Amino acid sequence: MKGFFFRLGILLRRKRFSSELDEEMAFHRAATEHDLRSEGLSPEEAKFAATRRFGNTTRMKERSHEVVSFRFETVAQDLSHAFRQLRKNPGFAATAIGVLALGIGASVALFAFVDAALIKPMPFVDPNRIVSVYETVPSCLLCNVSYQNFRDWQRESHSFAALEVWGYARYTLHADGAIAMADGARVSDGFFRALGVKPMLGRDFYAGEDRPGSGRTVLISYAAWQKRFGGASDVVGKTTQLDDLPYTVIGVLPRDFHFAVRGESDFWTALNDPDGCQKRRGCHSLFGLARLKDNVSVATASAEMTAIASQLEKQYPETNRGFGAVVRPLSEAVVGQVRPVLLVLLSGAGLLLLIACVNVVSLLLVRSEGRRQEIALRGALGASTGRLIRQFVIEGLVLVIAGTAAGIGSALVAMRLLLSLIPAERMEAMPYLEGLGLNARVLAFAAGIAMLAAMLFAVAPALRLKTRDLRGDLAEGSRGSGGRAWKRLGSRLVMVELATAVVLLVGAGLLGKSLYRLLHVDTGFEPERLASAVVSIPKNYTTDAQVMALERALVARVEALHEVKSASIASSTPVRDWDGGVNIAAAGRSLPKERVDVPERDVSAEYLHTLGARLMRGRYFTDAEDDPAKPRVVVINETMAKQFFPGEDAVGKDLEYVQSKQKVRVIGVIEDIKEGQLDTPNRAAMYVPFNQDSWGAFNLVVRTASLEEAKDTAALLQSITRAVHEIDKDIPVAGGMSISDTIRTSNAAYLRRTTAWLVGGFAVLALILSVVGLYGVIAYSVAQRTREIGVRMALGASRQSVHSLILKEASLLTGMGIALGLLSSVAAANLMRKLLFGTATWDVGTLAGVAIVLGAAALVASYIPARRAAEVNPVEALRAE
Amino acid sequence: MTKKSDLLPGTLDMLILKTLTRAPQHGYGIALSIKRLSDEVLTVEEGSLYPALQRLLVQGWVKAEWKMTETNRRARYYTLTDEGRRQLGQELSEFERMISAIGRVLRDVEGAA
Repeated sequence: MKGFFFRLGILLRRKRFSSELDEEMAFHRAATEHDLRSEGLSPEEAKFAATRRFGNTTRMKERSHEVVSFRFETVAQDLSHAFRQLRKNPGFAATAIGVLALGIGASVALFAFVDAALIKPMPFVDPNRIVSVYETVPSCLLCNVSYQNFRDWQRESHSFAALEVWGYARYTLHADGAIAMADGARVSDGFFRALGVKPMLGRDFYAGEDRPGSGRTVLISYAAWQKRFGGASDVVGKTTQLDDLPYTVIGVLPRDFHFAVRGESDFWTALNDPDGCQKRRGCHSLFGLARLKDNVSVATASAEMTAIASQLEKQYPETNRGFGAVVRPLSEAVVGQVRPVLLVLLSGAGLLLLIACVNVVSLLLVRSEGRRQEIALRGALGASTGRLIRQFVIEGLVLVIAGTAAGIGSALVAMRLLLSLIPAERMEAMPYLEGLGLNARVLAFAAGIAMLAAMLFAVAPALRLKTRDLRGDLAEGSRGSGGRAWKRLGSRLVMVELATAVVLLVGAGLLGKSLYRLLHVDTGFEPERLASAVVSIPKNYTTDAQVMALERALVARVEALHEVKSASIASSTPVRDWDGGVNIAAAGRSLPKERVDVPERDVSAEYLHTLGARLMRGRYFTDAEDDPAKPRVVVINETMAKQFFPGEDAVGKDLEYVQSKQKVRVIGVIEDIKEGQLDTPNRAAMYVPFNQDSWGAFNLVVRTASLEEAKDTAALLQSITRAVHEIDKDIPVAGGMSISDTIRTSNAAYLRRTTAWLVGGFAVLALILSVVGLYGVIAYSVAQRTREIGVRMALGASRQSVHSLILKEASLLTGMGIALGLLSSVAAANLMRKLLFGTATWDVGTLAGVAIVLGAAALVASYIPARRAAEVNPVEALRAE
Repeated sequence: MTKKSDLLPGTLDMLILKTLTRAPQHGYGIALSIKRLSDEVLTVEEGSLYPALQRLLVQGWVKAEWKMTETNRRARYYTLTDEGRRQLGQELSEFERMISAIGRVLRDVEGAA
């Protein structure tokens, strides 16, 4: 500390310190010279000897300055030198910073998504303790829960601090004189307490509020409060009409509350008016949600639930045969699907970052080669090796800081862009992406990669510096061992770049091919010119006859529209999700060992025609058969026919619902229609007349006369809505969409398309960077070898042989890089197997294609320097050296 | 040319301080003293005196002032401070301890041989 004021004093009169030091040293040399002369040396000899005895004056001055100055002063000098260097060579600076910004930007943006989805905790208390509870059967592994079973679970289980249940609800409401649908959910009374969510206004459901007979109460979301109640502070206690029934608003949920599994939901009501389904043990319509007790693991809870389920199976064999129960972390339900996508994308961005860093290191190395003379000169003038290394460290730091700043900026832009590309309905299932941005974790990640990059950039040229040969470097034009050492390192770096580019290209290729395969899966129907909309049957249609009359009138009215060629109705449209289905068996045969549930579609007679399904055997049912009074008939798919009647003709055989013992006759077999996601295998499915098993809401499916009409779904939906309202203006119509759009935007397709595009983007950038890197190395090598080439040509080597000499070098590098890359990419593709569809990880076509593309690009990149080498004028080359 | 020994690291400061115990000296004088007193065995690259002197100034072990020499030239003279004297004492005893320890080891090795 005591030196501080001394140093400060000197800092304030630096000039004087410097001149005094000069004077002192000059005196010293003069005195030595004087003494030597008096010993008899000639003036010249004396001067020379005195100088030699004194040593390197500049270095001694430097060192003296270092002793008395603060550390930051030299750092500041180095910094300003670094800036000068970069300004002097703006092309280099811009390239390095731009490349870095690209890599860092991509990585940071994707990390922000990963953070929002996988790292940031869900907005619940202790979210890691929250689990989903499912019933499970072979046909539906994570399946809905029956209300009756849930009540038994609640009584029997001990693993949970709370075991709750929730189910979807949709409410019709009248707003501004028009009829509208609102999303909602029905929950057991402790649902919000289990999550640890407290209403921001009003109260939560009280214990027992989910028992039949409790009043009609509703909790509203923050968004609904703002949108539907204008954010009125006295909303609690107000009454609102849902499905034409009065509900009292008891509270408003907090702004940041979201329950991703449900998506956006305005109204949360207590499950206190069990519907028909909830009164039957065999009907599964709810989702279990629980909070684990402290020190109970998911596995323990799952084991307990399995035991309880098997107990219930014995107790209620009719309904519960084959039903187990299983516990999973809630996060799996929320982000299970996007996790592999995000991890693949983050890895892709990481690889891009790697290439970017390697590229910048190559640039730095080339530059440090170009600066050998400058460095040697500074060394000769007294800069210590430490100081020179620090110069490189500081230059690297300046680059990294600028690159990181630009990278964070571009990451912000990229995040905006990516978010805006996510369709609104998909965003609903990913509420955790809201408020995506630069939080502390993302910034820490950016700082982390910046630090790694800085280390890399500082170490590489500094390593070179250690082995420098000062005198050799000073000698002008010398091509010392440094050039060769650099070439070896540079070539290795380029191989790494090429290999990384191969991995990214193969990844993009495999994903692209998967997407293509997926979109060309045989769906079993003709998706073009098809559209659907959801129609809800109002509650005042109560009897089968009323519903039947309504349904027929609707179909007839819609079919009369000029743009509609054919109209029909179905309980669900294809390419959605497989569901558990109903327990059914071939009639009159012993039950198979394992429970078989088959998804059932309630459809009108015209439906399979409208869809363009392909009938294999038998016939479709007729309009007349679409009547509860008529004998029950069913059309089944090929898979079901094979599964239930192997080796036989299914047509004419009877099936029997296991629970109701109701028999139904198979009248036709169709080719499988893809009812579930495109990437799922086909399952047994059956199509029964709509009116033999009616439902509260259904899909109107229409085939339009032309493609344009199917594409302009908004206009089509308007026509349909008008037509429906001509029959009854209280029938809500919603969710119009063309089936091709449904397929295009389906989960399986959407996730793969997003991944394929992003990885493809990374791959293109990687391709460019690596090829530019290769060009750099070859061009540098040619420049280094100009003299050698000149000698070769002077000795009679033809231009052709020089040309092929350079190309050979480039091809060797490229070949090794590609080979290395192909090996790594097979391993890497294994990591993203989950996202591949109908494509092997070692898909030969993709691997070969990538090798050809990269090989061709590399050839072009090395052709230019090879040409230049062949055009070397031997006389000039030899003279220039 | 007589064989010259490089200084042990860290001993230059001590030598300078020791030289200054007799009288204030300028840099050239210090260099001459060290050379003479060691019978020309110890020579320093004379320039390296100056960073060392700055170090001693920063520590406060010496003071510097400009004076005229006998030949009427301006030179900077360095004087030992009290603190410098204490420091020298400490360094000397530390140094002697080490030398005698090394000596013991060497004797022992010779005895065994």
